[in-house]
Amino acid sequence: MTDSQPTSAGDESATEAATGAAEPEVVHGCPVSWSRGQQVVHVTKDGYRELVAALHADGFTFCADITAVDYLAHPDRAVPGSVRAERFEIVVNLLSLEQRRRIRVRAQVPEGDPAVPSLFDLYPGTEAMEREVFDLMGIVFEDHPDLTRILMPEDWEGHPLRKDYATGRVPVQFKEAPAQR
Amino acid sequence: MSETDADLAAETSEQSQEMRSRSETDPIELLREQGAVLRLPEGPALDAEDFNVEATEDETMILNMGPQHPSTHGVLRLMLELDAETVLRTKPIIGYLHTGMEKTAEELMYVQGCTNVTRMDYVAPMFNECVFSMAVEELLEIEVPPRATWIRMLMCELTRMSSHLLFLATNGLDLGAISMIFYGWRERELLLAFFEKATGLRMNHNYIRPGGVAADLPAGWREDVLDICAAVEPRLHQYDTLLTGQPIFRERTEGVAVINAEQANALSATGPMLRSTGVSWDLRRDIPYQFYDQVDFDVVVGTYGDAFDRYAIRLNEIRESIRIVRQIADLMPAGDYRVQDKKVTPPPRARIDESMEALIHHFKLFTEGFKVPAGEVYVAIESPRGELGCYLVSDGSAKPYRCHIRDPSFANLQTLPILLRGGLVADAIAAISSVDPIMGGVDR
Repeated sequence: MTDSQPTSAGDESATEAATGAAEPEVVHGCPVSWSRGQQVVHVTKDGYRELVAALHADGFTFCADITAVDYLAHPDRAVPGSVRAERFEIVVNLLSLEQRRRIRVRAQVPEGDPAVPSLFDLYPGTEAMEREVFDLMGIVFEDHPDLTRILMPEDWEGHPLRKDYATGRVPVQFKEAPAQR
Repeated sequence: MSETDADLAAETSEQSQEMRSRSETDPIELLREQGAVLRLPEGPALDAEDFNVEATEDETMILNMGPQHPSTHGVLRLMLELDAETVLRTKPIIGYLHTGMEKTAEELMYVQGCTNVTRMDYVAPMFNECVFSMAVEELLEIEVPPRATWIRMLMCELTRMSSHLLFLATNGLDLGAISMIFYGWRERELLLAFFEKATGLRMNHNYIRPGGVAADLPAGWREDVLDICAAVEPRLHQYDTLLTGQPIFRERTEGVAVINAEQANALSATGPMLRSTGVSWDLRRDIPYQFYDQVDFDVVVGTYGDAFDRYAIRLNEIRESIRIVRQIADLMPAGDYRVQDKKVTPPPRARIDESMEALIHHFKLFTEGFKVPAGEVYVAIESPRGELGCYLVSDGSAKPYRCHIRDPSFANLQTLPILLRGGLVADAIAAISSVDPIMGGVDR
């Protein structure tokens, strides 16, 4: 599984691994953390596509889910290795039917340039999922065949799942009870 | 109110979400809509110009099917490019039932979350509650009592039966076997009556909650459940007579809406969609959760990947669910039906009258909710439609920071362009029905 070839994303973490006392776990040069017993690989935007392609080659040929999280309220949360926390995170849940194993990729996407390469040619099933992320979170997937809104109307303004998107509020008025009929 | 047709068309237009004519469509998108990216080994890397475009534009027409079409199961809209009766391209347009439930989930406490998620896939509500509760429990790092887990499994299997019965009913209806909808509904009614007895509600139960279930099973549940099994099982043989062996039904489903294993795999299709292609994949068996490793059941697998296989899989999954339910009725242990952690589950009603502490816990739980340690988790279970996942992020507060539900229908709908391609419009109805999409889950 663990590839000694460091990708651009895991370059520094690989050198850390050489000097550190306890060797941090890496997958294809990207730092790994464990969340409630689930394996999570962290990657920057630049290494995202390479990492997923490498995992695809490792047998994770089923993309269960793509979603995104807007960490607007938590800019300095802990992310292992040399990966720097950014505002957005793309979360890809991959599955290997042969190994009966899941792996999760969390890619950091900066606020200034919310764009990542599309995974469409690796996993054609991500077509609708990436459209959903684009629609609700406003992250652009480069080379996606048809990046349009999917759930919201085409003329909708804004991306509702962003944390700075106002939810709005309907004032509740307690009216007197209607007369008996 | 005098609207011209043009005004109405402009008002209801989805603009670029809609299917465009061939000349306006991007080559890669055209290949995708034709399903070519899956048939060709290199996918879109292949030059789109080389691909045989089989019809010129003046021979085809683009037709809307839905969102009000009765066989589109709610508010699914399909744009079809037709060459006479043959479907060439398909584009599903969804979002008509989108109510922002994932955004709503961020505004609700964990104790309220189940009320929200249960309305997503409204035909199998227990599964939504179950996956959400399991995700919250993973974050809390608590273990629910065995009885609670067994109750969850019992309720989920009964829900699977009711969901598949609804599929059989509507599948029959869509294909002209009108009487099937009466039978399917009749049997489903037995299950809904039991749910009402156990949970108080026929649908959207809010029964499975973080920490266990809302209430213990009602007195006499065992007899009720076994009676339902005894009533439904012989009627499945009647369905065999009515549908499985019926030449018209077989003609309409066999070899119709075919998908192969590579396509289903590539399109992230799960559940009966994937199993119909011969891939033996069921999360209950392959990545066991709860106590599914302690019950004996078979994973029903198809061969041809057609509409008939998907019908047969669902019919036989009802039989497997009956098998599981009977085992659960014997294995059900005594004990608590929710964790005895006062920070997570409310105290019993009687305790509130006599204990100040219980009153405080009750008040705090329903006004502030419980705080969940920061972290993120993805939990997936096998719903009647496939892999139902919940990706839950907590930042340590009483509300989820992000709650994403991976709905199986959403991914399964992507197979429609493959299923419909080359078939007749009448087969399209069989194809949509065999995918069994629930738009509440798709649009969320």
